[in-house]
Amino acid sequence: METIVEVNGLERTFGQNRAVDGMTFHVKQGEVFGLLGPNGAGKTTTVRLLNGILPPSGGTARVFGFDPATDGQKIRQQTGVLTESPALYERLSARENLEFFGTLAGIPENTLGQRVLDILKFFGLQERVDDKVETYSKGMKQRLALARALVHEPPLLFLDEPTSGLDPEAAQQVNELIAGLNERSGQTIILATHNLLEAQRLCDRVAVLNKGRILAMGSLTELTSKLWPTMWVDITFWQVPSESAWGAVKGQRGVRQVTGQGEAWQVQVESAEVIPQIVQQLAGQGASILKVIPRDYTLEDIYFALQAGEK
Amino acid sequence: MNWRSIWAIAKKDLKEVRQNKAAWGPGIVVPLVFAIIMPMMFIILPQVIPVEDVQRELGDLDVMLRAMPPALQALFEGKSLEQMFVLYMAGFMLAPLFLIMPLMFSSVIGSDSFVGERERKTMEALLYAPTSDMELFLGKVLAAVIPAIGLSWITYVVYIIVVNVASYPLFGEIWFPLPTWYPLMLWMTPALAVLGISATVLISSRVRTFMEAYQMSASLVVLVLALVAGQISGVLFLGVGTTLVIGSIIWLVDAALIYLSVKKFKRSALVAKL
Repeated sequence: METIVEVNGLERTFGQNRAVDGMTFHVKQGEVFGLLGPNGAGKTTTVRLLNGILPPSGGTARVFGFDPATDGQKIRQQTGVLTESPALYERLSARENLEFFGTLAGIPENTLGQRVLDILKFFGLQERVDDKVETYSKGMKQRLALARALVHEPPLLFLDEPTSGLDPEAAQQVNELIAGLNERSGQTIILATHNLLEAQRLCDRVAVLNKGRILAMGSLTELTSKLWPTMWVDITFWQVPSESAWGAVKGQRGVRQVTGQGEAWQVQVESAEVIPQIVQQLAGQGASILKVIPRDYTLEDIYFALQAGEK
Repeated sequence: MNWRSIWAIAKKDLKEVRQNKAAWGPGIVVPLVFAIIMPMMFIILPQVIPVEDVQRELGDLDVMLRAMPPALQALFEGKSLEQMFVLYMAGFMLAPLFLIMPLMFSSVIGSDSFVGERERKTMEALLYAPTSDMELFLGKVLAAVIPAIGLSWITYVVYIIVVNVASYPLFGEIWFPLPTWYPLMLWMTPALAVLGISATVLISSRVRTFMEAYQMSASLVVLVLALVAGQISGVLFLGVGTTLVIGSIIWLVDAALIYLSVKKFKRSALVAKL
């Protein structure tokens, strides 16, 4: 897959504040890449730097091979940005909003009208095309803002806190639309968010940020194995197993330690491959196993472990 | 330069201004007062109230009018006292007042376009659009300048019609506009419209709300009021030559302000204000 975003040692300072402090990351075509961090971590500043609306203080960036600091306009022709607040013209209708941004993006006059109607239909707003945006609900405004970011079919989409301020139902709708975009058209997405569940659900890889720096980067599996080289398995028995079963598991290759008592054991293993071997051992010892549950780490566990390490 | 984008920005801004009553309100009231109510008062009154009564109230009109600059004296030649009064009021005294219009319209629309966009939190999406800073700037300037000049010219046309129709019984001919009005309408009015918007762009970088920008740029009207005072007191006579010279000075100031505005109107500066 082609790399479309290359960031090397990117920096941006505002006075004494280092909003972006030496970030380095690459994003490949078709990837959903998350910038995950608390408020003030530098997510929005990074989006602005990559679109060339803010010059960097140091480092380099390339988007589609162009330098945002000098060729921002060429980059913005190929990107769509969903800003944190919908930033819609509330006194204008949905159609007028999209026609305006479609014109700026260079959609030809003869196809613009149909393109706008198609995308409004895709986002379920076809019944309200000529209503003023100020009459829309928050969820509808967010869908319209997403439609605006996509009206010119950009190959790279930046989403800055796409579900911020939405109720759970509207947030789920927006997340489904985003997931659908990547699945259907292979759109590359850079998602800036502090919503861990959203990032876990949507992102192929994430960069966990704090105070403008990348604390860790990778897929959920990569980050988990970096942070926790071993894993824990919870085993529940129907009946308390024999002493020999305990010894057999403890002596199994790849098992670090066994804790617990009675019907509930916790086993620390070096990798998931060891789990079936443990089950075989226990079955051989005549233990009646009720449940074997490997503990999964969530992005939330990773995030808090990293942020705690930072503190 | 992508003119399709520039026009789209200008058209969008005008659509937005149309929805802001605080912005277009003066655009209706001021022309109505200047083009219809004031000339009707000055033209119809002397035709209804005998000049003798006016003289008794205002002092010796004849002496005042005879003290006017020679260029105006030439126009008074062979005219009755009533005609001289109407000629003085409608053709001379009100002239600089009209210059308030281009200045006011362009600064009001400019305030809505430049500061209002930021106030309504719509600026960020616009900054992410694939336009250059110059295209964004020109679109917004045109959104203010074109209606400011257009509205001023429409007001002039209405004024010309009202003055000629209302004073026809007195003059028996179409006498207005006087030659002094042409440079005022065609040279100084566009210059002041550009002055209004260029000053507003500079002001907009220092204020947070539409009303603040509106009030600060409205203070430019003092410049025009100085011309009005000069004309009424007889210190200044806005003849063809004087108007062309003052207009040229305003155009030079415009060029300097536009240069500064273009330098200030950068995405990186605008995004820092969000």
